[in-house]
Amino acid sequence: MDATLLFQLVLNGLIVGALYGVVAMSFVLIYKASQVVNFAQGEFLLVGAWVCWWLLTYWQLPIWAGFLVTLAFMTIFGVVLQVIVLRPLIGEPVISVIMATVGLSIFFQALMKWMFGVFAQPFPPMFTVERISILGLDVQSVYLASLVVSVLIMVGFWWFFTYSKHGLAMRATAFDQQVAQSLGVSVPKVFAMSWAISAVVSSVAGIVVGVVNGVSSALSFYGIKVFPAVILGGLDSIVGAVLGGLIIGVLENVAQYVDAQWLNWGNMYQIAPFYAMILILLIKPYGLFGTRNIERV
Amino acid sequence: MTSMTPAGDFRSTYRADTTIFPTRNSRIAMLVGVLVLCAAPLVLGRYELGLLIAIGYSAIAALGLNILVGFTGQISIGHAAFFGFGAFASALLVEHHVPVPLAIWGAGLMTGVVGLVFGAPAARLKGLYLAIATLAAQFILEDFFARAPWFSGGVSGRVTEPYALFNMRFDREETYFYIVLAHVVIMFVAAANLMRTRDGRALVAVRDHYLSAEMMGINLAYYRTLSFGIASFFAGIGGALYAHYLLFVSVEAFNILYSIQFLAMVIIGGLGSIMGSMLGAAFMVLLPEIVQSGVDLLAGSALDRALRLGSSISFLREMTIGAAIILFLIFEPDGLAHRWRMIKAYWKLYPFSH
Repeated sequence: MDATLLFQLVLNGLIVGALYGVVAMSFVLIYKASQVVNFAQGEFLLVGAWVCWWLLTYWQLPIWAGFLVTLAFMTIFGVVLQVIVLRPLIGEPVISVIMATVGLSIFFQALMKWMFGVFAQPFPPMFTVERISILGLDVQSVYLASLVVSVLIMVGFWWFFTYSKHGLAMRATAFDQQVAQSLGVSVPKVFAMSWAISAVVSSVAGIVVGVVNGVSSALSFYGIKVFPAVILGGLDSIVGAVLGGLIIGVLENVAQYVDAQWLNWGNMYQIAPFYAMILILLIKPYGLFGTRNIERV
Repeated sequence: MTSMTPAGDFRSTYRADTTIFPTRNSRIAMLVGVLVLCAAPLVLGRYELGLLIAIGYSAIAALGLNILVGFTGQISIGHAAFFGFGAFASALLVEHHVPVPLAIWGAGLMTGVVGLVFGAPAARLKGLYLAIATLAAQFILEDFFARAPWFSGGVSGRVTEPYALFNMRFDREETYFYIVLAHVVIMFVAAANLMRTRDGRALVAVRDHYLSAEMMGINLAYYRTLSFGIASFFAGIGGALYAHYLLFVSVEAFNILYSIQFLAMVIIGGLGSIMGSMLGAAFMVLLPEIVQSGVDLLAGSALDRALRLGSSISFLREMTIGAAIILFLIFEPDGLAHRWRMIKAYWKLYPFSH
């Protein structure tokens, strides 16, 4: 009985962890391209999910149309944020940039609550089959779909950065801005593009979570959960982000299991990733795959 | 940050360089300012005094954060947790029959020790890694408050006693105001003096160039951790004053949004400016009041009905906090203190601005 439960929890952890991985990936994308630590990553999920929900329920658009319009909107949203808020802050100290994204995070969280209320809203049902059983385990089909979407996004990222021209330009910019510029890469464009892609990818994750749990301001907590994941994986490693997301996803589920079985402290699900993060920061601050010396004099 | 002293620097002694008040008039102005504030309870109503008290305890905590962020160049996103720790610690001490005036300072010391513990990563981490570590501290401390009823009273919160000294009870705004004012003066003078000592200048050196600082014989790990301790001490005093004003402390108040408000105070007031912490605290405390009065002004109008302004006032407040942070960072990155110096320089140098 307990083994099955544990197995189920690990599976849940992997599914949620894949989503963390996707969000962490888009976080790392922004960090790599423009050296901005984005505390407003969770708000990308939030805004994307609310916009999609609004299109689907208020305007009664079909799912594919609502989805595409949301993606288009998030592209513009990401670019506009980068151009209006982050571009004037290029060259400012780390704390200014961090605080600007923190300000964005508060602003959009409150704006979304104002526009859509504080209660969780469900998406219209999308799947005809409620649950599927895999290897004798019950899995809700939405969870399965979310796993598929996550994997698709990860493969997309891999293709983008290995083969596409823009992806290569972004890697070049991340490697050395001056060299990239002298080779004809437009650095401002790369910055804007990284924010656009990050916003779009995060919003997809937001929609997936919204379909599973309903859309609410709890979505923005994914933006905080992303920190343990990226710190574990290494701040500037996309592979690390994915792996870190998976590990954190499993860790919080296992922590909850351990807690429920033996400790009875409560709330371990939320807090365990942060304890893990402090440990990692003390032992190996550059993470599993991060560049060793990230801070420059 | 450019110096605003007119045409050259004529200071020729260390004494002149480390003085708190550069001219006699600025010293007199400060004394007059404090005296005017002493008269405030005679003129102002209880509500306005309450706002001044809030500015006072926020300013103390913001000053601590400014020592950490503005003077030492380290980022903390968990200041509200330390503020809350101070509030609970003071309430706990009072419950163990420590008189309130002592409990406030005891709470400050306890919070300072906790700050040293959570500042330990600062010995190893810099910049955004440290920011993320303090973010973790915020959640861990919040979680600790929630699950330690012996300390925080758990979900129901903790009731504490009003400030009492020599058989006088300071439990009304009119009287408690003086207590807060006294603490504000003590803490601000202490901070201004700290920045003149070797330790204070070591902190600034760590901020400006840690490599050079280390070469000059400054122990980086020691001062990085120490500045966390000092910041937490100030936060603890501020939190304790908060506790004995409201007489009730509860876990929910010290969330991450409050931490961000403290950071906003420091940034809006001006990084590395002692007076700036006060200006920033005043700005952040008064901002919701301005929003409130703006909404009251629009109450009943078509705009109000269309946008549901009245019922969503708390969201509007949060939005203005976020917007204020962003706008200040883009348009006035040196904060209100810098603007104030510019205004002073303008009057001093009129009509020749150089």
